[in-house]
Amino acid sequence: MSDIILETKGLTKHYGGVHALEDANFTLRDGEHVAIMGDNGAGKSTFVRQITGVEQRTSGTIIFGGKEVNFKGPIQAREAGIETVFQTLALADHLDVPDNIFLGREITKWNWLGPFRRLDYKAMRDETLAALEKTAVKIPNINNVIQNMSGGQRQCVAIARTASFHSRLTIMDEPTAALGVQETEQVENIIRNLKKAGEPLILVSHNMRQVFDLVDRIVVFRRGRICANLDIKKDKITGEDVVGYITGAKTGDEYMETAL
Amino acid sequence: MANTSRGTGGLAFDPKKRSLPSELNIFIALILIVLIFEALGQILPYMNNQSFLFDTRDRFDSIFNEARLRIIILQVSIIGIIALGVTQVIISGGIDLSSGPLVGATAMIAMSFAQTELVNGNPNPKAVFGEWAFDLPVLIPVVVGLAFGAFIGSVNGMLIAFTRIPPFIATLGMFLICRGIAQAWTRGKPVSFPTDSFAFIGKGMMPVAWFIGLAFILHFIMRYTVYGKHTYAIGSNEDAARMSGINVERHKVMVYMIASMLAAFAAIILSSKNLTAQSGMGIFYELYAIAMAVIGGVSLTGGRGSIIGTVLGAMVFGVIQSGFTYIKLDAFFQLMAMGTIIISAVVLDKVRQERATKRS
Ligand SMILES: Nc1ncnc2c1ncn2[C@@H]1O[C@H](COP(=O)(O)OP(=O)(O)OP(=O)(O)O)[C@@H](O)[C@H]1O
Ligand SMILES: [Mg+2]
Repeated sequence: MSDIILETKGLTKHYGGVHALEDANFTLRDGEHVAIMGDNGAGKSTFVRQITGVEQRTSGTIIFGGKEVNFKGPIQAREAGIETVFQTLALADHLDVPDNIFLGREITKWNWLGPFRRLDYKAMRDETLAALEKTAVKIPNINNVIQNMSGGQRQCVAIARTASFHSRLTIMDEPTAALGVQETEQVENIIRNLKKAGEPLILVSHNMRQVFDLVDRIVVFRRGRICANLDIKKDKITGEDVVGYITGAKTGDEYMETAL
Repeated sequence: MANTSRGTGGLAFDPKKRSLPSELNIFIALILIVLIFEALGQILPYMNNQSFLFDTRDRFDSIFNEARLRIIILQVSIIGIIALGVTQVIISGGIDLSSGPLVGATAMIAMSFAQTELVNGNPNPKAVFGEWAFDLPVLIPVVVGLAFGAFIGSVNGMLIAFTRIPPFIATLGMFLICRGIAQAWTRGKPVSFPTDSFAFIGKGMMPVAWFIGLAFILHFIMRYTVYGKHTYAIGSNEDAARMSGINVERHKVMVYMIASMLAAFAAIILSSKNLTAQSGMGIFYELYAIAMAVIGGVSLTGGRGSIIGTVLGAMVFGVIQSGFTYIKLDAFFQLMAMGTIIISAVVLDKVRQERATKRS
């Protein structure tokens, strides 16, 4: 099918003896929003790191946009159009907000100077303010260094970074974990806007209400394996069902032989 | 100008109350140190009320003790050029210990290509090569020297970036290798008698001009270019830099290469100024350069510091060194005092750092 934007087959990652991710078969259609749920240590972030090329997988294939891909690093994943908010946020503490948002893709002048091309601070500041308006985050001075900001502000900066650039796939690993009520709502609005724009999303979240509000499908991870694939728009599925899958009380029919 | 365009979400921010640049502290320290030495000149009984930096003799054409100022600035300039390079290395989260011996090795090599044939009508007694290497255009020794620096720097950088050995170890190894190269080049014999055009590079106050010029360029690079921003980002959070798409390995090679090229250029200036090159040149320079950066507020943990800070740190360093000589402190006490000052600067930085994180 041509409308599948991302597909993984037998995706596996071992850290020495730790089998963090085992034989993950996952598909995402273009425009679809999927949540990944599961307990701490279930392998959700590991899954994200393999797709985005932050780490090299042990085995398995990844097909993105109809082509098999082997990202050597997150740069290549981003160039292919995958924007990611990592759980670790990946911000440079001693730089300010615009610097972080544009890190690695600065707006520049004097481009003939190669690596010594000049930064266009003003343009980056203006675009940063525009991007932050979308998240409605309160940051008194965006030229303050990230180090001095609250956890929620840092998280909003990381989200604004992905939201400022057009992408073919957005991945967010627990984007609202440290946010207040208002900020969470704003992030959810960003996600709804992505949905309206038809951009696909993978959302890692522990927040049941949020997941049911936002996404089309829930994929549950347990001990490194996918143990359920729940179409919450079609089938009647409750929060209790999902909890059952997460804790291991239940297992999806198609995963019976493999899941523990 | 009421600037409300820096914040979002309607939180108040008064740009007038912006915190003062941290370089100001160093500048104040510089003035305090000068005053302390002035006071010591008045207090210490054996000083006969001499002034440290001001002209106390009955001459009206000058306020300052120009001779001493000139010596301070000259001394600071050559090591200061190395400090500019080491500043960006430390900001990137690394360290470069190889610069001092690199000065010795580069001076020997560059000077070998800068020799003149006739010294006062006699053949050059220190000739390293044959006929062909006499009276070459000045560009050749300069390019050879810089190329040697670039080579050593890129080896440093590649070792650190690709084998992931700690910068301390990589450059410590290179420290010994360079000192070895310097001694092996002529089996320890000095190389002397350069051409006039080579001698011009470091003549008179030329080193100061080079230092100021290079400081401007490095300041611009660190503050206003992609290269500078990425250097800070790597020192601040290497993983984040990598995830943001910065080619961290390639960037580190560049950082060490530029540092070593600056050290090599300092060697060219120094040998030109002294009209001779010796394998022992540049002893302690790597430590002094690091000290200048650290005194100037460059954080050894990476991500923080500035070229302006290092330039001020270099001045503090020069003033202290000259001040010690001025109050006739013995050389061994000078070393001890210098060591104490460097340790204090790092401790102070750490305290400041910890206080900053406690606030957030
Ligand atoms: N670099 C590593 N080396 C060794 N083990 C690792 C490494 N990274 C992750 N793991 C292990 O892999 C497992 C899965 O980790 P992962 O970060 O994917 O969990 P998660 O599902 O994202 O959990 P959380 O909800 O807490 O974020 C854990 O048991 C973890 O300890
Ligand atoms: Mg995780």
